[in-house]
Amino acid sequence: MSERYTISEALVGSLLQALVTAGRRVLGPKLVAGRVEIADIKSFAEVVQNGQSVVSAKGVVFPKVERLLKYRFEGKTIVLDDVEPQAQPTVLFGLRPCEARAFHALDVVFNWDSKDKFFNTRMANTTVVGLSCTQADDSCFCTSVGSRPDDPQGSDILLSPLKAGGFVAEVLTEKGRALKELAKGAFQLPPVQPDLVPPATVAPAFDAKDLQQKLAAKFDSTLWAEQSLRCLGCGACAFVCPTCVCFDIQDEADTKQGQRLRAWDSCGMRVFTLHASGHNPRDKQSQRWRQRVYHKFAYYPERLGTLGCVGCGKCSRACPVDMNLKQHLAQAATQG
Amino acid sequence: MEALANKAKELLAAGTVKVVVGYGKGTGGSRRPIFVRAGERAGDLVLDSACTQNLATYLTKHEVRALGRIAVVALPSTLRSILQLAAEKQLREENVLALAIVDGGVLALATFDAIEEAVATIPDSIGEADQKMIDKLTAMSVSDRRAFWADELGRCVKCYACRSSCPMCYCERCTMDCNRPQWIPVASHAIGNLEYHMVRAMHLAGRCVQCGTCGTACPVGIPVHLLTFFAENTVRRQFGQKGGASAKLDYAMSTFKPDDKETFIR
Repeated sequence: MSERYTISEALVGSLLQALVTAGRRVLGPKLVAGRVEIADIKSFAEVVQNGQSVVSAKGVVFPKVERLLKYRFEGKTIVLDDVEPQAQPTVLFGLRPCEARAFHALDVVFNWDSKDKFFNTRMANTTVVGLSCTQADDSCFCTSVGSRPDDPQGSDILLSPLKAGGFVAEVLTEKGRALKELAKGAFQLPPVQPDLVPPATVAPAFDAKDLQQKLAAKFDSTLWAEQSLRCLGCGACAFVCPTCVCFDIQDEADTKQGQRLRAWDSCGMRVFTLHASGHNPRDKQSQRWRQRVYHKFAYYPERLGTLGCVGCGKCSRACPVDMNLKQHLAQAATQG
Repeated sequence: MEALANKAKELLAAGTVKVVVGYGKGTGGSRRPIFVRAGERAGDLVLDSACTQNLATYLTKHEVRALGRIAVVALPSTLRSILQLAAEKQLREENVLALAIVDGGVLALATFDAIEEAVATIPDSIGEADQKMIDKLTAMSVSDRRAFWADELGRCVKCYACRSSCPMCYCERCTMDCNRPQWIPVASHAIGNLEYHMVRAMHLAGRCVQCGTCGTACPVGIPVHLLTFFAENTVRRQFGQKGGASAKLDYAMSTFKPDDKETFIR
């Protein structure tokens, strides 16, 4: 059961201070040189309360480069050295609810068969304080993928702004309760009928279940070639995405030692599926675009029981040629 | 805008071209590339100050080429890209027609000579803000400049939007993707990022038309175009040769032979 409290505007600052004092790294959406980044938060005034960061907070649990192991040559033997995850206790403060929800989509992949110690250690050390959205833009579509701007799923604590200032704080998980213990004074009894700022209006553009059914018959449709004609085949969409989980394994070595790295990769890139033989099963951009859509909206729900998309729209905003995912999906869901 | 729509309609109706690559309405007042293949969609073409992407990038894409002869809505930088692509034997005259936007009007240029003539009359112009940044960077000490780029490139995620949006980055196989041998670290760490951007700048020295599309494409706002602008300016100064000035130039920093035994560049 969740517990509800209020946190006044003044006390949000003391909550943040308490987290820093307790040794937590506090990150959140912050304006840096005109862009919203997930960056160090020193005071609550720095937290951007609406609008999306360009790159998601995914890097906190799945960094763009992660060292998995080291090895060295000693005479004729090879010595393997394990690398432990560098997991700093972190609070993601004021994260958009869509992004908070995205960690589940990562979790189902990193714990699909083997349990990924790097992801799991980082995740265990991360507490999410979500903040309900009161504004949205043309790229947002959380309501089309089973969510809403004030969705508590994925947050350990969810803050929702009150009209009179301050927030209702819903403490949702054990991690949330542990965080509350660090700054008990900030959490006060809730008003009997909290007068909340209304959540953002995000008109549903399609129904994800309906889309999934439609996709079953659309694999050979010309739609994907039509939609992807302007796609440049870069990885901007995948690398800003909070749920894109594909990675590449790279060994970097010299004659004495080496290290194995895990680095972000993207199915939109031609070399992603290029075989050593030279054959490429997804040789055309239309096939790669189709894969991106099917992976998130057909294969994820089929195999992992969850969508591979939270409707944050970061991909659409980051795309250099305005591949608007919401529009493309709505088209796929309605045509034919 | 009406002149452009009429011209597009006329070219498509006459079968002169099969597709007009231009700008259309995008999300929230932005502009996006569109591909007009029927006269009745010519009205979708938009032309205003928000149309900044260099559309020459699409001229070498298989999917777009497969549609047939292309008319491309061409900013001055697009015209230069066409010449540079022609000089590098990536483009045949009979496959492309430029719809040059000059002084607010539309000029259909069907030959490389005509494009060359038009380009010669258009002054080079790097935007004021970019010029200011280049001046600022040039005046910096080496260590300050290194710190500036280490900070900027620290945000790079190696999505390659800069490479993908660049008309001159058309190689089917890029050194960046080569892993036998692996010339450049693939991972997006400090050295991997630095080496990638340095190599890209060097590969564009003498070939960059200074459109700035790579910088605009960068999702995390790294001014990567300043690197290629700087490399291009250096070649101009040292060798008196300019990227995208002619379809026949022999370039200072690179050479190309259609009968090269390496297949990846063809």
